[in-house]
Amino acid sequence: MSDHLNLTAVAMSGGVDSSVVAGLLHHRGEPIIGLTMQLWNQRRLPELTPEGGATGRCCSIDDVYDARYVAQHLGIPYYVVNFEQRFEQQVVRPFVEEYLAGRTPIPCTLCNNFVKFDDFLEMAEGVGASTIATGHYARITHNPETGRYEMRKSIDAVKDQTYFLFGLKQDQLARTRFPLGGYTKPQVRELARELGIPVAEKPDSQEICFVPNGDYAAFIDAYFREQGVSPRETRGEVVNTDGQVLGEHEGVHHFTVGQRRGLRIAAGEPLYVIATNPAQQQVIVGRNEDLLRAKLTTKETNWISVAPIHAPRRAQVKIRNKHLAANATIYPTADPLRIDVHFDEPQRAVTPGQGAVFYSGDLVLGGGWIE
Amino acid sequence: MLNLYLNLNRYYFDHNATTPVSAGVLEALPPALAEVYGNASSIHHYGQIAKQRLEIARRQVAGLLGCEPRELIFTAGGTEANNLAIFGVLSTGGHVVTTSIEHPAVLRVCEQFDVTMVPVGSNGIVDPDDVRRAIRPDTALISVMHANNEIGTIQPLAEIARIAHEAGILFHADGVQAVGKLPTNVKALDVDLYSISGHKLYAPKGIGALYIKKGTKLKPHLFGGRHERELRPGTENVPGAVALGRAALDAMTANQDGIGQFRDRLERGILDAVPDCTVNGDRRSRLPNTTNISFDGFDGEAMVISLDLKGFAVSSGSACSSGAVEPSHVLSALGLSKDQAKSSIRFSLGQGNTSEQVDSLVGAVAESAAQLRKLSPAYSASY
Repeated sequence: MSDHLNLTAVAMSGGVDSSVVAGLLHHRGEPIIGLTMQLWNQRRLPELTPEGGATGRCCSIDDVYDARYVAQHLGIPYYVVNFEQRFEQQVVRPFVEEYLAGRTPIPCTLCNNFVKFDDFLEMAEGVGASTIATGHYARITHNPETGRYEMRKSIDAVKDQTYFLFGLKQDQLARTRFPLGGYTKPQVRELARELGIPVAEKPDSQEICFVPNGDYAAFIDAYFREQGVSPRETRGEVVNTDGQVLGEHEGVHHFTVGQRRGLRIAAGEPLYVIATNPAQQQVIVGRNEDLLRAKLTTKETNWISVAPIHAPRRAQVKIRNKHLAANATIYPTADPLRIDVHFDEPQRAVTPGQGAVFYSGDLVLGGGWIE
Repeated sequence: MLNLYLNLNRYYFDHNATTPVSAGVLEALPPALAEVYGNASSIHHYGQIAKQRLEIARRQVAGLLGCEPRELIFTAGGTEANNLAIFGVLSTGGHVVTTSIEHPAVLRVCEQFDVTMVPVGSNGIVDPDDVRRAIRPDTALISVMHANNEIGTIQPLAEIARIAHEAGILFHADGVQAVGKLPTNVKALDVDLYSISGHKLYAPKGIGALYIKKGTKLKPHLFGGRHERELRPGTENVPGAVALGRAALDAMTANQDGIGQFRDRLERGILDAVPDCTVNGDRRSRLPNTTNISFDGFDGEAMVISLDLKGFAVSSGSACSSGAVEPSHVLSALGLSKDQAKSSIRFSLGQGNTSEQVDSLVGAVAESAAQLRKLSPAYSASY
């Protein structure tokens, strides 16, 4: 067994995508093992799932059951590995803290940077798998001229997940495969049926795996109660850009930039959250035009397909997952980890805590966190 | 390459989790399943044959435990035997003294009552004086395992029995890991209640027994028919009992010295080949088949997977708590840090292991440890 240089560990969530990855590689005759990361104990925070079922959430018993079933169907070695502690430290706590600091975090990116392509990759290597494969919709290629691993958007523009992968380093990319990057989601479902994958018809998972029904504010409140932290007085004022008090709110973590829902203010024109000020516990609202920004700065910027830039460069920049990448010029600053982005046209709802990912067509140049 | 998992030679070093069914048991089982299908409570011929086989099995198990056959109740396993013993005594009230390294099948039951958990020393052995000090006027039961499932340490049952009986308290021992590996004469041990399980003794899952010393008052915990002295209702599992009986018979002649030598060879081999590892628990007062080793620099979970991919079955923590986040409560009770506890591997040998298997396991452990440590920044930094 010491000679299995080409063993690949497939990160299996029990969903269609990662199951097809395992099916595809196995079908090609490659030696693989299946690993399921146990990231979150679904028995925690029971008040978030009042009616018994934890289905449709990550790491549920059902998902592990499905992943094991697929592995058994394929006849590959399969193990569940526990990363709950790491996930809580690197993803859940920062997620909660970011919201309380008035920013809007992306837990999927944190999980990719600090769990999946870090500890998980290391564990896979430790047990003898030199590469890992995941069900992400993105493409990795090696460019012999630059010596760099490059990342491209998925063929399926809707499913493309490169926005969440901007933090991957070259040594991580070198050991990672995304076999689904060249397929569309309907093709993947079709492949699942062709390969006889037992979960071929399973619905897609939701965006933030550990937050039921996308209600992140309820999750944060429940998490505090579980930690025995007495709920801080989070109520505060809703004010307009002139500082005039318009109403009250339950806590800044219930709001994100651009949000209209939940403001409970009767006004002549639609009002949107423009910013939150956690120090004053204020939510600042304004008109849609007040949300437009022509510039932003990223921090902790990571370069993927190109070396760090030393001169301005044209790019398309995406500031949230559903955002249509907008034309911009990206400028290096004195701090190599910070990049200034100047959009050609002002963009709506530039949100601190989200990522700004730089593209050149399909190519992912790099990205960083919006300050 | 593709079929490496299928073609792999596989070796089993996880006998404390469960044992394979022995050749003797496999020989005894088919006729018991095929021919002895009567209900042991029935009056007719079929029932009588079943009853006879049940009682032969009871005598065989009694032979291994050194008790009267009528002092044995068949149960569905070790967990049920422990539940019957503890609920059986405490359902009429009272305080229970147990240790912090018991199996969950004792700990979780005791937690239903007023319980004092006595700590153990760093050697994994309880001090009988600590048990004595935990006794209260209303203490009704003391429950201490004979040998620990994770580290194999043997507890001083005879001394604790004396303490219990001087105070007029019933004494239960969970003998699930000890039976077949240690002398388990319940009269010599002077216990009032003693639990055993078939599948740790080369019989199948789903059969166990509880020794109940003659005269010990016990209340049933399950309710139904009047089987097993009205203490354990349910149509008797005759094939299970036959299997356990045969396993008990075989255990009386099994060679534990040989297994002990292999265990020592394995332990020495690993300690010699792998730097920075430690044996957990007392190395003398210990089951002959068990060694539990902490390896600096990586999680036991990764080692278990790595060894499984090489064809060796071992475990990290106890099989029951695998998948849980918390490190082993046994290793924590010994004073190990969370990291040390999570980096431990239990090797448990049994019949069928050979010195060749042991030697190749040593090689595999050394190789896996080197690979895992190469990737561990914490380990490389400190060594």
